[in-house]
Amino acid sequence: MAINKVVASFDQAVKDVFDGATILIGGFGTPGGSPSYLIEALSRQGAKNLTIVGNTVGIGKELMQVVASFMSVPEWWYDGGQLAANQQVRKGIAAFPVSASPLLVSPFEKQLRAGEVEIEIVPQGTLAERIRAAKAGIGAFYCPIGPGTVVEKGKDVKVIDGRKHILEYAIKADFGLIRAYKADRIGNLIYRGTSRTFNATMAGAAKVTIAEVDEVVEVGELDPERVATPALYVDRIVVRPEEGRTQIKQKISKEEQLQT
Amino acid sequence: MAEKQRLSRETMAFRVAKEFEDGMVVNLGIGIPTLCVNYPSPDKELFYHTENGALNFGPIATPEDGDLDLVNAGGQLVTTKPGMSLFSHDESFAMIRGGHIDLCVLGAMQVSEKGDLANWLLPERGIGSIGGAMDLAVGAKKLIVVMEHTSKDGKPKILRRCNYELTAPECVNMIVTDLAVIEVTKEGVVLKEVAPGWTVEDVQELTEPKLIVSPDLKEIEIM
Repeated sequence: MAINKVVASFDQAVKDVFDGATILIGGFGTPGGSPSYLIEALSRQGAKNLTIVGNTVGIGKELMQVVASFMSVPEWWYDGGQLAANQQVRKGIAAFPVSASPLLVSPFEKQLRAGEVEIEIVPQGTLAERIRAAKAGIGAFYCPIGPGTVVEKGKDVKVIDGRKHILEYAIKADFGLIRAYKADRIGNLIYRGTSRTFNATMAGAAKVTIAEVDEVVEVGELDPERVATPALYVDRIVVRPEEGRTQIKQKISKEEQLQT
Repeated sequence: MAEKQRLSRETMAFRVAKEFEDGMVVNLGIGIPTLCVNYPSPDKELFYHTENGALNFGPIATPEDGDLDLVNAGGQLVTTKPGMSLFSHDESFAMIRGGHIDLCVLGAMQVSEKGDLANWLLPERGIGSIGGAMDLAVGAKKLIVVMEHTSKDGKPKILRRCNYELTAPECVNMIVTDLAVIEVTKEGVVLKEVAPGWTVEDVQELTEPKLIVSPDLKEIEIM
């Protein structure tokens, strides 16, 4: 029988996310590359006590509009901030958990200050490599980033080639929510531009990888030379509605953008 | 003698860009570092790297060609360029950690005389974002810090020892401020250039460690 990883709805795609699950969330923290519809579905689904892993933990739509003042953040856009605002998050593992300006306080930061959630701050490359390690079946690795800083605290230190390295463990997750551009029914993925980012790193790193795409094309249509995530890493695929699909002409203000 | 003036953010960026050499792979942090892209001389071929997964990307987008799927690390929408490549986050940091980035420019809260960098955690906020700064500080072959010489309340930011949480120890090679250009060496911090109208003594007064004055001390060239 022909394999078909495409599921009918976003709600169905996240149906089995359970309380206490660890969830990888793709993207960089900018408006592009976020698995927005999957996040929205997960907020409807309501699983609680989640550990969310990503470059950011999300700042929410309201704050994103302030940060990305040079453009209009799309209606359909969501990030992990939605889950925090919905009281579904217990812990974040991220490189960029709070916004650059102390004046911009996200729902997650508010909860952190109130002692309601935990954070593990990880250098960005170490975060990427800890996720990649999980995908690659590596339990832990020695990393030269972090010695002499808070990141070293409590970790095993080894000198390799005259440099201090610290032991970093793979991040094992239950679900990975990612955003890709196109898929085929068997799970091959291609991305657009810098939206490859953590999305491609996370594909295959969790027990279940769910990809949100613009379009599912016929098997054979994706150029094998261009496939960035091979089919075996992907478990479920969901297609975005028309309104959320790639818009190449994004209206922005260049002047305001130059000031950010 | 010229009037004592602090350099603008643009002039600091202009000065930093003079360090860019032909063929270099350059990563620019958020803030003043991002401005550097406007100033290198056009006869140099430079390859800008952004940690969210692009090498050799084009200039910032105009209102007509913005694309949500093409951003730099500061979240600005940028453009494509012939010779550009795109990659995942783990690949991007393999480039950084693996020593493939020639030059990185970052902002800072404090720098010590040994080149320790503190740029991610304001103690009064209690929580900060490390982002990619630790990886870049350790991984880049050369690290330039660009920052105001003093804090908002006039205190030195170049210190004997940083009292903020470190980004990485002994990683900064050069400091460009609105008052001076300083090189970090094994012997200590060497004052190479001063802003027009400023004397060595003026700069020393606003710098905690003892400055070694370069024998060929110059005035910073203004745009």
